[in-house]
Amino acid sequence: MLFMIWLNWIKIFSSIWITMINRPFKKTDITKCMQVLMCADQTLNIFPSQPMHAVDPATQIGQALANGSTSKGPVNQAMGAPPTQRKNSDHASPALANQDNDQRPTVKREGSRKATTSSSEQEAPKTPDPKTLRRLAQNREAARKSRIRKKAYIQQLETSRIRLSQLEQELQMARTQGSILGGGLFFNDQGLPTAGGALTAEAAMFDMEYVRWLEEHHKLMFQLRAALEEHLPENQLQLLVESALSHHEMLINMKGHIARSDVFHLTTGTWMSPAERCFLWIGGYRPGELIKIVLRHIKPLTEQQIVAICNLQQSVQESEDALNHSLDAVHRSLSETITSDVLTSSAVDMASFMSRMSVAMSKLSSLEAFVRQADNLRLQTLHRLHQILTVRQSARCFLAITEYFHRLRALSSLWVSRPRQEGV
Amino acid sequence: MDRVSKLASDRAVVIFSVSSCCMCHTVKRLFCDLGVNPAIYELDHDPRGKDIERVLARMIGRNPPAPVVFIGGRLVGPTDQVMSLHLGGKLVPLLKEAGAIWL
Repeated sequence: MLFMIWLNWIKIFSSIWITMINRPFKKTDITKCMQVLMCADQTLNIFPSQPMHAVDPATQIGQALANGSTSKGPVNQAMGAPPTQRKNSDHASPALANQDNDQRPTVKREGSRKATTSSSEQEAPKTPDPKTLRRLAQNREAARKSRIRKKAYIQQLETSRIRLSQLEQELQMARTQGSILGGGLFFNDQGLPTAGGALTAEAAMFDMEYVRWLEEHHKLMFQLRAALEEHLPENQLQLLVESALSHHEMLINMKGHIARSDVFHLTTGTWMSPAERCFLWIGGYRPGELIKIVLRHIKPLTEQQIVAICNLQQSVQESEDALNHSLDAVHRSLSETITSDVLTSSAVDMASFMSRMSVAMSKLSSLEAFVRQADNLRLQTLHRLHQILTVRQSARCFLAITEYFHRLRALSSLWVSRPRQEGV
Repeated sequence: MDRVSKLASDRAVVIFSVSSCCMCHTVKRLFCDLGVNPAIYELDHDPRGKDIERVLARMIGRNPPAPVVFIGGRLVGPTDQVMSLHLGGKLVPLLKEAGAIWL
């Protein structure tokens, strides 16, 4: 490679000296030399990181030629007026000053002085002189560097884009796996599985949807209260009450959806406020609580209504008891399955362990059915109350229920922000 | 199919259940609390259980269908149907009509 460079140099020098020596000096010779030099320029630019270094010998030659030419005859002028040329050379000289060679600035200044003092015999602006050449070479170099930088940047962008899509795919796969395992894997912010305490993706989504549901429900209740106070006609009130009922149904559908993938999020009640969690029963409130609220606060009630509501209360209680009883049975059988043999035997038999675990898993999966039935019980209670009560009473009933839970939530937030006692 | 209906009209209250299903336990418990003495057919212990299960799945439209309740030979349905009827106060009159309870 270096040998090739030397060859090029020898060619250049020889061509220059031949043109200079063989004939009387002419301007066209300078042109030819410059052209040769410009070709040399290309071959010299094999080290793009040090363009100035490569260009310097060319400029040096250009300076030498300029000196030589001024000593011998009229000199080629660069394109444009001499003052701009001087400006260019002034700009170039600080750049040049960064170079190793000290001779060049003096040589250049001398050349520029001589150039300005030369006669008005100037070539057409198109003929290049050393300063222009150098400027052109530097421009070329800068353009090349920026092209290379741009290419590298685009390369980086492409690889990051591919990596991003890969990561997204992995995240999606891991999420679906997490949902299949029923929320067994938990994800932290980076989307990596981590030990419990964190929410699954579905649970976090459910929490967000629940907050939105609460806001919508408050708006509905506000409308209902306004309608009650303004004594709107019955049919309009009926519409509002029915929309409130279907809004409750929407929440139960949401819960049914999350129960499929992460039932424990519902049964542990992390989506509820702390005070509501006191009354937690199979993933929500007890249906009997609603009836108690109605009996206490919705007055006056007719005899017929009271009888109907008491009957409802009894059947709700019986259904709750049946569910509680089977839930106890599930708990008992689950602990029996987990603890059989494993605690006493010292050797760990993997096969029996796994079979035991699979039996336990199927028992755990029955919890989803419990949550569904409990939610169904809640919905049926609301429907039945709506049937028994008049429209105005139903409206007040819904308002009372919402107010009850709202106060429980307010209690929770007060509790959470209560001042703690220091020490002890 | 006719075997199912024959079995269903045999007694006042007939429950087709699976012994390991927890909802079946709930329904059984509910009826026992109401004082009913239902005829219980455990599909996993019955040799013809698979056929019965298939017929029931077609009738209910859900698989696994258990528990399925027949009162007075008439299909009542799975757990949530039973619960809704009970909350509606209609289960007890139905049982009285079928002669399962008398009070």
